[in-house]
Amino acid sequence: MSSAPLLSVSDLRVGFATEDGIVQAVDGVSFDLRPGEVLAIVGESGSGKSVTAQTIIGLTRANNARIEGAVTLDGKDLTSASDAEMRKLRGDRVAMIFQDPMTSFNPVYRIGDQIVEAIRTHRPDTSKGAGKARVVELFEAVGIPNAAGRVDDYPHEFSGGMRQRAMIAMALALEPEVLIADEPTTALDVTIQAQILDLLEELNREHNLATILITHDLGVVAEVADRVLVMYAGKVVEEGTLDEIFYDPQHPYTWGLLGSLTRIDRPRPHRLPQIAGSPPSLLDLPEGCPFRPRCPHEFSKCSEYPGLEARSEAPDHRDRCWLNPEQKREKRQVEGQIGLEAPSGANKA
Amino acid sequence: MVRFVVRRLLAMIGVLFAVSVIVFVVFMVLPKQNPAQTLAGKNATPVLVKSIEEEWGFNDSLVVQYGTMMKKIFTGELTSYKPRIPVDEQIKEGIPATFSLTIGAAIIWLFFGLLLGYLSAIRAGGWLDRILTGVSIAGISIPVFLLAPVLLYFLTYKYEIFPNAQYVDFTEDPWEWARHLILPWFTLALLSIGFYSRVLRSNMLDVMNEDYVRTARAKGLSERQVMTRHVLRNSLIPVITLFGLDFGATIAGTAIITEVLYSLDGVGLYAAEAVRKFELPPIMGVAIYGAFFVVFVNALVDIAYAYLDPRVRLGESSSE
Repeated sequence: MSSAPLLSVSDLRVGFATEDGIVQAVDGVSFDLRPGEVLAIVGESGSGKSVTAQTIIGLTRANNARIEGAVTLDGKDLTSASDAEMRKLRGDRVAMIFQDPMTSFNPVYRIGDQIVEAIRTHRPDTSKGAGKARVVELFEAVGIPNAAGRVDDYPHEFSGGMRQRAMIAMALALEPEVLIADEPTTALDVTIQAQILDLLEELNREHNLATILITHDLGVVAEVADRVLVMYAGKVVEEGTLDEIFYDPQHPYTWGLLGSLTRIDRPRPHRLPQIAGSPPSLLDLPEGCPFRPRCPHEFSKCSEYPGLEARSEAPDHRDRCWLNPEQKREKRQVEGQIGLEAPSGANKA
Repeated sequence: MVRFVVRRLLAMIGVLFAVSVIVFVVFMVLPKQNPAQTLAGKNATPVLVKSIEEEWGFNDSLVVQYGTMMKKIFTGELTSYKPRIPVDEQIKEGIPATFSLTIGAAIIWLFFGLLLGYLSAIRAGGWLDRILTGVSIAGISIPVFLLAPVLLYFLTYKYEIFPNAQYVDFTEDPWEWARHLILPWFTLALLSIGFYSRVLRSNMLDVMNEDYVRTARAKGLSERQVMTRHVLRNSLIPVITLFGLDFGATIAGTAIITEVLYSLDGVGLYAAEAVRKFELPPIMGVAIYGAFFVVFVNALVDIAYAYLDPRVRLGESSSE
């Protein structure tokens, strides 16, 4: 894992001008992605994870959007690339799959035709017949039974799991280098989720595909990720390897996320643990640490904004929390496991 | 697809049967007055009323009476009585003018309505959108009975750019046919141009937020491809439904006002005259004629709909 990064995001900031002011959806996000690596970005709704991903392929470009920082793919900056250059890249070198397979295909066109459209956009000299043959091949690769018979089906004739497989087939059609999966399993049944994750993992291994997996489900992360980025209110609050995040989490928000995970190898909790309150409005962020109002471990230092620093022994394991490592080790233990205790003042947020 | 078409056409026959029963009940059964008296018209002689009574068999049971009425309609025996002119001939005579007017207007309103709506939608919020919105609202707000006299006054009497309407048959002189119809076409189309552009614009803005449009962008399609292949295509589906209803209704009724205002010799003018003279047989004939076109156009629209939206082809296997 020491090869040069394929995709590099540094100090990415995305703001949207709205009637109520500027919403800073992404505020200084940086990470590197190497070939074959699976990077998970986790966080609640509104934490900026999807905006980060969509900005990478230029889908957030709009009149009211202000994008700063750099996104480099193979040494080329994408934030300054023209719309036409971005278009050439999308679907070809960087592909994206979306959360809801039910609505992500156009209902009026055959699924096969929609994938052929993607192929022919980037390879105009592909004949329709060759395109269709390629779709059959892709359908087989992603495990759609009776592939040849199903290319001419319409989206409503596919089940949810099959549609997500078809979505993945479309993303893989041009053998991209980077795959961005935005909540790829959220809309699916648990059994189908597992199948789709297995498929993504298998493809990732076979094609040495660099993958960004966006999710709020730590169970999914545990299964496939190499490295994890935890986002809160547009900022990265903790980043590290999968083991570091799961076994030595440094940020109280991560403790909360881990604590709210139900585990079948532990006794069933009386009540599902949760993080009190709700994420802050991006228009009205608290001063200092944005997690402060929901954090039971808040102290005087928290009114200052913490930097993203390696506070534990591991140099690549960074977090934004003022507590020192000893305090963290002690405070994250709730009833014998990692968690976040309820804040003293009931619902502070 | 074939099965869908057949099923739809069978349903159409059912609806027409229902309409004919309603026509029969409304004109023959419900009125307290002797229907023969009504059919004969104002100031009819007792002899005429007596003969009509026998002709229509008003002493028979209702079922037989209905049968007699339907037989008259289908065999072309339905006539007005003062003077005796077969209704079907009058309708047939009026059809070229009415169809020239309505089909021409429909093409114009579809073309301009969709064009303006599309431009508005892709420039939503910009100055072009604002201008087009203003124009559309103005178009929707001007009533036909005001627009037609104003156009006639300025463009026909004052500046003599267009001839005083009246219908010239296409086979006689295509150029004059078009020249005589331009004002009626635009008069009839204006409201719908405004209305359709508004509807298409709002449909497109809705569709632009759909997940599959984002997918289309993520595939690397150009903005124009995204707009035409994905956004426009899906936004047209509700517009087609609207068009089916409107076009049927225009042939069957809305065109009447325009025909009267421009004295175009169409079915609408015939119907308006019949109402003015209180002649029942032409009104019955036109009602059936109107019902037929409303139902027929709607059947065509449903078929077009099934073509545009595969989800509508219920109970079909995907392979045609």
